[in-house]
Amino acid sequence: MLSFEEKVIPLDTWITGFIDWLVEGYRWFFQALKWPVEYTLSGVEQGLLAVPPLLVISIFAFLAWRVSGFKLAGFSVFSLVLIGLLGFWPETMITLAMVFSSVVFCAVVGVPLGIWAGRSDRFDKLLRPVLDAMQTTPAFVYLVPIVMLFSIGNVAGVLATIVFALPPLIRLTSLGIRQVHPELVEAALAFGATGWQVLLKVQIPLALPTIMAGLNQTIMMALSMVVIAALIGAGGLGAPVVLGLNTLDIGLATVGGLAIVLLAIILDRITQSMGINRTKENNR
Amino acid sequence: MEKIAIKNLFKVFGSNPEKGMELLREGKSKNEIYEQTGLTVGVQGASFTVNKGEIFVVMGLSGSGKSTLVRMLNRLIEPTSGEVLVDGADVLKMSKSELVKFRRSKTSMVFQSFALMPHQNVLENAAFGLELDGMERPDREARAMDALKQVGLEGWENAYPDELSGGMQQRVGLARGLAVDPDILLMDEAFSALDPLIRTEMQDELLKLQDRHERTIIFISHDLDEALRIGDRIAIMEGGRVVQVGSPEEILQNPADDYVRAFFRGVDPTGVISAGDIVRDTQPTVIWHTKQGGPRATLEMLNNRDREFAYVLDSERRFNGVVSVDSLRDAIDKGNGKSKLEHAFLSDAISVLESESLQDILPQVASHAWPIPVVDAQNVYRGVVSKNRFLRTLYRAENGAHFEQQAVEHPTSKCLKSPAFH
Ligand SMILES: Nc1ncnc2c1ncn2[C@@H]1O[C@H](COP(=O)(O)OP(=O)(O)OP(=O)(O)O)[C@@H](O)[C@H]1O
Ligand SMILES: [Mg+2]
Repeated sequence: MLSFEEKVIPLDTWITGFIDWLVEGYRWFFQALKWPVEYTLSGVEQGLLAVPPLLVISIFAFLAWRVSGFKLAGFSVFSLVLIGLLGFWPETMITLAMVFSSVVFCAVVGVPLGIWAGRSDRFDKLLRPVLDAMQTTPAFVYLVPIVMLFSIGNVAGVLATIVFALPPLIRLTSLGIRQVHPELVEAALAFGATGWQVLLKVQIPLALPTIMAGLNQTIMMALSMVVIAALIGAGGLGAPVVLGLNTLDIGLATVGGLAIVLLAIILDRITQSMGINRTKENNR
Repeated sequence: MEKIAIKNLFKVFGSNPEKGMELLREGKSKNEIYEQTGLTVGVQGASFTVNKGEIFVVMGLSGSGKSTLVRMLNRLIEPTSGEVLVDGADVLKMSKSELVKFRRSKTSMVFQSFALMPHQNVLENAAFGLELDGMERPDREARAMDALKQVGLEGWENAYPDELSGGMQQRVGLARGLAVDPDILLMDEAFSALDPLIRTEMQDELLKLQDRHERTIIFISHDLDEALRIGDRIAIMEGGRVVQVGSPEEILQNPADDYVRAFFRGVDPTGVISAGDIVRDTQPTVIWHTKQGGPRATLEMLNNRDREFAYVLDSERRFNGVVSVDSLRDAIDKGNGKSKLEHAFLSDAISVLESESLQDILPQVASHAWPIPVVDAQNVYRGVVSKNRFLRTLYRAENGAHFEQQAVEHPTSKCLKSPAFH
C-alpha cells in the first residue's frame, strides 16, 4: 500500500510559497529589520577601514593590557601585524565590523530576552523550543530564506550570524538570573524593593559574570560564521577561504583560515579576561 | 498596646487553594487534604496579637508553618484568607505601592541564611534598605555606620560578606534590619545557623539592643532554650495551627496539650534550673569585720578543718571575696606581719546570681578550682555551687529525677564558733 513512490506531502512547495508570500507582502517589514543592521555595519566598517592600522593595533594592545597584561598585549600586536603582513588587513577589519555588529544586536535582543526568560517560567518554556531550533538547524538551511528576504551581501551575513549566535547569550543570561539565590530576591523584596530594583540591584549584578560568558560565546560563534556568511556574498576573512575552496587554492584558504584563528584567539582572551575581572570584583 | 493582630489566617499552597479551604471547612486534616488534592496547608486559622515592644517567639517543629506565618506578615507569601492588622491597617488590602512603602517603613527582616548581597560590602549591605528607599549615599552610609556600630562591627565596613564568619555575617544582617529603623523586626530562625556559643552571644546582643530601643520583634525559632531565653511571649505551632500562646511560665506550667508537653521534655535542664535551685552552704565562711589579723586566723581555721577555700562576707553576710590556703600563705609571706585579708583575695573569684541558669554559670564553674559563690539580688551570700554538685544535678535531670526536691533540702550551715569567724 505504502510504496512511497510518490511525494504525498508537498511541504517544499508550501514553504516556497510561504517565503514567496512573505517576500511579496512584507518586504517593507524585512527592509525595516535590515536597516539598523546595515547602518551600524557600514558605520563600523568604514570607521575601521578609515583609521590607520597602527591606531587599531594600539587600541587592541591597550585593551589587552588593561584586562589581562603584557603577555596578551604582545600577542595581540604580533598577531595583528602578522595579519597585516599577510595582506589581509582590510578583510580583517570587515570581519571585525561584522562580528561587532552581530554581537551588538545579539546583546540588544538577547540580554533582555534572557532576563525575561530568567524571571518567567512561562516565557522560558515558550522560548526554549525556538532556541533549540535556532541552535540545531544547520546554518545552510536558513541561508536561502535569508538571501531571499534580504538579498546577498554583508548585511545578510550579519543577520545569519545573529540567528546563529543569539541562543547561547539568551540561555546564559537566563541561567545567570536563575542562579541568583531566591533568598536574596526575597531579602530585597522584604526591604521594599520594586520589581525593577530587584532586577537592577540584585539579579543583574549577580548574573553579570554569566552574562559575560554568554557574550564571549556569542563572539566566538559569530567568528565561526565568517566562512558560512561568505557563501552568501559577505566579505571579510571568509571570502578568501571560500575563494580558495572554489579554486582549490590551498595556500589562499589556509592563510585566510590562519587570520580567522588569530583574530578569534585575541577576541576570546580579551573578553574572557573581562568576565573574570568582573567576577573578581563581585566576589572579592 | 497592640501592634500586630492576626485574625484567622490561612495559607494553602498549590494551584487551587480555594479547594483546600473548602476541605478545611469540612474538617479535613492537613494530611488528608494533601493525599486527596496534593495541596499543602501551610498555616490554618492562626489568630493572635503581638504587643508593641515585645519579643514574640513563634516555635514549632520543622514544617509546622513558622516561616509561612512570618512571611504572611509582610506578604512575601500571599495569604489565602484572613486578616493581618499592623497598627490597625490591613496589610492584605494594601496596593502594590502601599505594600512597598509598608515594607520600607514598618518592617525589616533577618534571615536564617543571612541573605547578604555578595556583590556589596558590609556598609552597602547595611545600607541596602535605605538605598531602596532612595536615600542619598552620605545619609544612608551614616545611618548604616550607626547600625554597624550598634552590632559591634565597626571597622568592618569595607569587608565583603564572604570574608566574615557566620556570626559576623548575621550581625550585618541584623544591622541591615536595624538601619531602616523599623517598628517591627521579623527574624526567621535568625540565629539557628550559628554555633551554640555564638548563638547565645547574639541572643544577648538582641536583648541588649531591645533594652536600648524597644522594637516589636517576631522571632521564629525551633529551639526551646532560645525561646525561653529571649521570648516575652511564645506561640507554639503544630501542623500549621497555633496551639498555644502565652508567657514562658504560663506555657511551662500549663502546656496546652501533649504536643506542647513533648516540646518541653526536650528542654536542656541547664537552661531552666537556676543557680539558686542547687546552691549549698557547705563551705567555711569568714566574717570580715576585724580589719587586722585576718589572714593568719583564717589560714589556721582552714588548716584545722582541712579545707582549701574560705568565703569572705561582711557583717551583713554580703559576699566580698574568696581566699585560699595558698593565697593566704602568699599574703602573709609578702606582708611582713602587716598583711590584711583583702591581700589574699583571689583576683578572679566572682559571684553569680541565684537567678542565673546553670547554662549561664557553666563557664564560671568550669574554669575555677573553687566552688562558685552564689548571691541574691542584694549580694547576700547564699552558698556555693561546686563542680561536683553541678554535674550531679545534670546527671539527675537527665535521668528524670526531680531536681526541684533535691534543691530544696539545704543542709544546715556549718560555721565556726570563733569570734572572728561566723
Ligand atoms: N512554596 C511552597 N510551596 C508548597 N508548599 C510549601 C511552600 N512553602 C512551604 N510549604 C509547606 O508548608 C508547610 C510549612 O512550611 P514552613 O516553611 O512554613 O515550615 P517551618 O515551620 O518554617 O519549617 P522549618 O523549621 O523547616 O523552617 C510545610 O509543609 C511546607 O512543605
Ligand atoms: Mg522555616
